[in-house]
Amino acid sequence: MQGFLDIFDIYLLEAVINGILLGGVLALLALGLNLIFGVIDVTWICYAELVMIGMYAMYFMVQYYGLSYFVAAPFTVLLVAMLGAALHFLVIAPLLTAPPINQLLATGGVLFVLQSFATVAFGIDFRNLGIRLPVLAFGDMNFSYARLLSFLAALVGMVCVYLFMTRTFTGTAIRAISQDRQIMALMGVDTRRIYLITSAIGGGLAGLAACLLVLQYDVHPFVGLSFGPITFLICVLGGLGNFIGGFIAAFVFAEIISLGGLFSDLEWGYVLAFAFFIVMMFIRPAGLLARRR
Amino acid sequence: MMEQGRLAAWGIGLAALVALPFVYRDPYHLHILVLILIWSFAYTSWSIMGRFGLVSLGHGGFMGIGAYVTALLWNHLGWSPWIGIPVSMVAAGTLALIVGYPCFRFRITGHYFVLVTLALSGIVLQVITATRDYTGGSLGYTPNRASGNKLLALQFDDKLTWYLIALGVWLFGIVVWHWVDRSMSRYALEAISEDEDAAAAAGVNVTAEKLKITLLSAVMTALAGAIYCQYQMFITPDTVSGIAVSLQMVFAAIVGGLFVSLGPTFGAVITILLAETLRIGFGTKAVGWDNLVYGVLLVLFIIFLPKGILGSVLDRLKPQRKVPRAHEQEAVQIARPGT
Repeated sequence: MQGFLDIFDIYLLEAVINGILLGGVLALLALGLNLIFGVIDVTWICYAELVMIGMYAMYFMVQYYGLSYFVAAPFTVLLVAMLGAALHFLVIAPLLTAPPINQLLATGGVLFVLQSFATVAFGIDFRNLGIRLPVLAFGDMNFSYARLLSFLAALVGMVCVYLFMTRTFTGTAIRAISQDRQIMALMGVDTRRIYLITSAIGGGLAGLAACLLVLQYDVHPFVGLSFGPITFLICVLGGLGNFIGGFIAAFVFAEIISLGGLFSDLEWGYVLAFAFFIVMMFIRPAGLLARRR
Repeated sequence: MMEQGRLAAWGIGLAALVALPFVYRDPYHLHILVLILIWSFAYTSWSIMGRFGLVSLGHGGFMGIGAYVTALLWNHLGWSPWIGIPVSMVAAGTLALIVGYPCFRFRITGHYFVLVTLALSGIVLQVITATRDYTGGSLGYTPNRASGNKLLALQFDDKLTWYLIALGVWLFGIVVWHWVDRSMSRYALEAISEDEDAAAAAGVNVTAEKLKITLLSAVMTALAGAIYCQYQMFITPDTVSGIAVSLQMVFAAIVGGLFVSLGPTFGAVITILLAETLRIGFGTKAVGWDNLVYGVLLVLFIIFLPKGILGSVLDRLKPQRKVPRAHEQEAVQIARPGT
């Protein structure tokens, strides 16, 4: 019995730590979406598909053009940032005054476009980067190096965004717009420019997430569907547009998935996370950190 | 007079639809027609609540429940679909109530509602995949062939029977649409979609009205899933549940026209014909092209033609139409930014 408990504890600890590592990437994903929502008041349903495109970009740059991973990564971030800006310019901007549902559905259309574009252009094969990173053994526990790297990169990315938002003029303007949309135009801030910049940053974060996810997962046209929903849930659970809430929610979800996966299949981890989400909607409908009215 | 003319048109149209398979028996074309009718029914079910601004991306989940519960009860417990379909509809309805009640009670609207329902279709998809020992997971699932009574098992080999069944179900959907359109609930729900607080102040029970329409919509969608399963005799999590199916419903309903009864049907005709044409024209090279076209169309429609094809055409035909409802006026304004 004692022996069983020992093994159990090691596994449990491993799952907990893996959950934290997973949480870093999820938090990064949620950060981009929250930024867009907080500032422009639009939900990009196709956010995970932008990540998917970024993963393909990484794959092609590394596998076909032989670029080193660390050279390809900034290009990917730049590319997806431009995609984000283009998405805003082409789809969201004409709909800014439309009901929010229309904006959301239009990005749903973009989801179809990106997904089937990837199917048409790249086929439905699963592709991976072919980089096998070592597994870190720590005592009896094994952690994938890729996850650790993603976690650290996600943290660095988030700190950068935090510094940008608090220390630069543009960042201050972005935060101001998320507080009051109408008044900022009167204060001499070009809201259209700020929206474009925000979309580009949101896209850039998706690109960064893509660079990290491609280390751990194979890329295929439907890969977005596997982590897209969970990203939305994290944002809603944290309170849409609430950065700190999203950050905490990402780790809560990651732990549930990781621990749920420990006891059974990974899918059950997801099912548990979804069920937890619905229960939380009863208890805290406006997000984890919402003040009770 | 107008009303009589319209009823006569419906009657003639229906008679033509019923007579069609007896005159024209090409199995492939009948197959396409059956698919169009079944999906039209599903899209109509979605639009019953979608037209009131209750945009749900959870209907893929309800459809999956309808299909899988029916098939699982038949294969594992030997329950006839005649019992299985009502059970699956009850299951979908229960789920709709469980998710809908907190949403409506706590005023989860707009983005939040869409994302919560998105989670719902995600859950159903994951549960189906996770219970692969029973459901076959992503590989799909086939209801056992009936050895005895075909009628009891609701399995028919000829397209003609299926065409008539699908036609009946579709007609039922249209009738329900009109029934909702003429009920008091429609006015209540329109008031709610414009201003919940004002509607509540005017004595509308916001939570109850929304729950009623959601329940109706979910139950009908489950029926569509079950019929689809019985007809195709093969279902996979991706064809009957999940976000893609939910988005497909939204897309077809919007392209056809959300505010007219035949809009979703029109949307189904367009989308299925488009997919089939591309499939036949380009063969396996066409994989993905249909969705690419869908996606571009969806974006263009929402930006330029938010009332859908049929809705816009009907408006053009009847310029002296009664004052449009406020949320449609809003939609018209969106179509022409800057006016």
